[in-house]
Amino acid sequence: MKLVDKNITEERAKYFQDQNLMDFLVPIISVIAGLIVGAIFMMIIGSDPIEAYKVLWSASFGSIRGFSEMIVNTIPLIFTGMAVAFAFRVGLFNIGGDGQFLVAYMASAYIGYIFQLPMIIHLPLAVLAGILAGGVWGGFAGLLKAKLGIHEVITTIMMNYIALYLVGYLASGPLKAEGPLPATPKIFETAKLPRFLPTMRIHYGIFIAIAVAFLIYYILWKTSFGYEIRATGLNPDAAEFGGISVAKNMLLAMFISGALAGLAGTSQALGLEYRAYQPFGFIGYGFTGIAVALVGKNHPFGVVLGALLFGILSRGAMMMQSMVGVPKEVVEIIQAIIIMFVASEYIFKYISRKMQERKGGLVDAN
Amino acid sequence: MAASNNLAVEMKGITKKFPGVIANDNVDFELEKGEIHALLGENGAGKTTLMNCLYGFLKADEGDILIDGKKVDITNPNVAIKHGIGMVHQHFMLVPPFTVTENIVLGMEPTKNSMIDYKTANKKVEEISKQYGLNVDPKAKVEDISVGMQQRVEILKTLYRGADILILDEPTAVLTPQEVEELVSIMESLTNEGKSIIFITHKLKEVKAIADRVTVIRSGKVINTIDTDSATTNELANMMVGREVILEVNKQKANPGDIVLEVEDLYAKNSRDLMALNGTTFSVKEGEILGIAGVDGNGQTELSEVLTGLRKKEKGTIRFKGREIKSPQTKRLFEEGISHIPEDRQRRGLVMDFKLYENLILGRHHKKPYVKGWSLDNKKIKEEARRLIKEFDVRTPSENVEAKSLSGGNQQKLIVAREFDRNPDLLVAAQPTRGIDVGAIEYIHNKLIEQRDAGKAILLISLELDEILALSDRIAVIYEGKIVDILDREDATEEKLGLMMAGAESEEVEGGNEVG
Repeated sequence: MKLVDKNITEERAKYFQDQNLMDFLVPIISVIAGLIVGAIFMMIIGSDPIEAYKVLWSASFGSIRGFSEMIVNTIPLIFTGMAVAFAFRVGLFNIGGDGQFLVAYMASAYIGYIFQLPMIIHLPLAVLAGILAGGVWGGFAGLLKAKLGIHEVITTIMMNYIALYLVGYLASGPLKAEGPLPATPKIFETAKLPRFLPTMRIHYGIFIAIAVAFLIYYILWKTSFGYEIRATGLNPDAAEFGGISVAKNMLLAMFISGALAGLAGTSQALGLEYRAYQPFGFIGYGFTGIAVALVGKNHPFGVVLGALLFGILSRGAMMMQSMVGVPKEVVEIIQAIIIMFVASEYIFKYISRKMQERKGGLVDAN
Repeated sequence: MAASNNLAVEMKGITKKFPGVIANDNVDFELEKGEIHALLGENGAGKTTLMNCLYGFLKADEGDILIDGKKVDITNPNVAIKHGIGMVHQHFMLVPPFTVTENIVLGMEPTKNSMIDYKTANKKVEEISKQYGLNVDPKAKVEDISVGMQQRVEILKTLYRGADILILDEPTAVLTPQEVEELVSIMESLTNEGKSIIFITHKLKEVKAIADRVTVIRSGKVINTIDTDSATTNELANMMVGREVILEVNKQKANPGDIVLEVEDLYAKNSRDLMALNGTTFSVKEGEILGIAGVDGNGQTELSEVLTGLRKKEKGTIRFKGREIKSPQTKRLFEEGISHIPEDRQRRGLVMDFKLYENLILGRHHKKPYVKGWSLDNKKIKEEARRLIKEFDVRTPSENVEAKSLSGGNQQKLIVAREFDRNPDLLVAAQPTRGIDVGAIEYIHNKLIEQRDAGKAILLISLELDEILALSDRIAVIYEGKIVDILDREDATEEKLGLMMAGAESEEVEGGNEVG
């Protein structure tokens, strides 16, 4: 009797494990599907997809410079993707990555040029300024959600515009450097994220990004704080039952999410541009971060892979346009297809469920 | 007697599989015309699956269904209705602001000059109501009538649609004992008029009291079909569970000590912002089980939530171990020694996507020995999880599976394990055995008694009167958010409690105790 029980529970457990396997397979299938659809489009407009995909590949992996540029594209996406993923773990949708990016961008640049300190103090301080600025920007939306129940999607979008005009005002007004450029003064050498390959733009931001991925993984799965975050995201009622303050965790998670998106701005200011320019619109790292998190299944390591994918695609888009004459919009189509496929994972699950049902269906045995 | 022309329904060799479960395994079932046939089995035994096949909600993988001797293919409920089958679900499917008639004709409204002809409909409803002694007012709004009455509306609905074969799914779960009696007499008048009734249940007493014959299902297989008179309750229980079952909970007289929890004049609102607790007063002592009896929706949910900090109180005092708790907070209450088995295990009690070992530390996840330095000590957590899984007999391949992959009974054992292991002074057990199998019920009941004998105070909130009677040392009856009265177990009878659950004062019932 007990043996039978065991077999049944094992089979049920296996069924759910298969579902977890789907989580892993869906992004991969989606990427392949995106590439196939992209190829069809290229054939329609008369280009050779094989040639184009060769260029797409070699743009990032054909030369060290290409690789460096691809990583430069990838760094901010790791941070903004991580930001979306982390907020999602507590059940919130942070679409304010662009605003958090901008305030951190300005804060880091400001600390970078306002005084000079030994690098060992100056650089961490400038990074910290970005973390705090992004954190406060995201945390404010978290506060409004936790205390007043105002939906975070609304507030983070609005905070994006506040950040856009605030940073624009600062860069072209009070903090503007002498000269024609609408930008802050250049930051001191001591605040720069060092570049480590001669003449290449790849910088230490990539190591921070990878370290952050490990840190987020550690927080989520190895600490009681991460436990609370995940419990809140998966079942706020049960979290409450376990004495976990849902409001507190939402606030904290949004602060951390904002800080992560802020690191993207920080690496832009301290690793690439060495000053803060007046923004004329959103660069879109925050929004692409949503796609990255989606493809990465909200897992820190998945986010790194997802950011890499989008980094490769955006680098390849430019080269495909200039070398094979494939408009870069085709790459955008590929990206869109991938996102659609991942987002419509429900359809995959629905189909697999239907196939199960043919054999018997899934109904809770109790 | 078993001449085939006398059979209303014949199900032959029904097999239905779900992943990892054979819900029905070559099941044969016969319903004679004019009989009340109980379908008895534990939760998850496959009774509802079988009836869903008959009513067209599910398609059987194998097997034939014969109605009045003719083979039929029931692809959906509409086909079932056409063949004269009606089903009354455990959860009613009525529109509360509509009248009885409006609900009954919903979807097949009679029309005259392209207007709905309520006059004729009302008349027809009244006729059917009279014919079977249902005593339903066709013009009353559903939201204004009692639960028992609503159930009769559901029965009326099937009759209106021409049902000759009625399937009642756990019809007594929502009724007071008096309402159960009324239902029984209605069922009898239905069969006298030639209707046949299938009656799904897991309550043995009802099978004996109501049904002519019973088919026992266990783990998807038919164990036996017999006349109810030819078996004792104990024999039925053994058939249902597959082993010797002790129906009576074995317990010594309680040895109550000091008062642990004192609730005085407590007021709280429900989620719809209406007052649900209206001056609740009672107390629980060390080493006793206080049962809260009542019909669903009389403030039980709110009571357990206020006592565990999940809901705000409006006013009133709560004293725990002699100290007043001004603003109850879940985390603090847990630390002071209140454990809680929530009534809804999937919504409140477990994070279904968490692994078992993660669920087992919920509420203690920030404390030693589960935290070491900055990190969760996963090795220790899993070690403890394995201990609890073994100690509380949770059937699972390992502690690394997600809670949602367990059966309901095992999920409940998981919660019980977690809450008992905290070694609380007060245990608030809300519906601790809802929807789980007899084996698990027996186990949890014994654990509750064990905790009582270890000197814990236990507040047992249950809709199952049998459970209240079996476990409690004192019984408080709650009605519209007020404690009607508190009786010693020896003074409580099912009839007395039933009347009080319907709001009758204890004096009316005859000499109750002081509210204490």
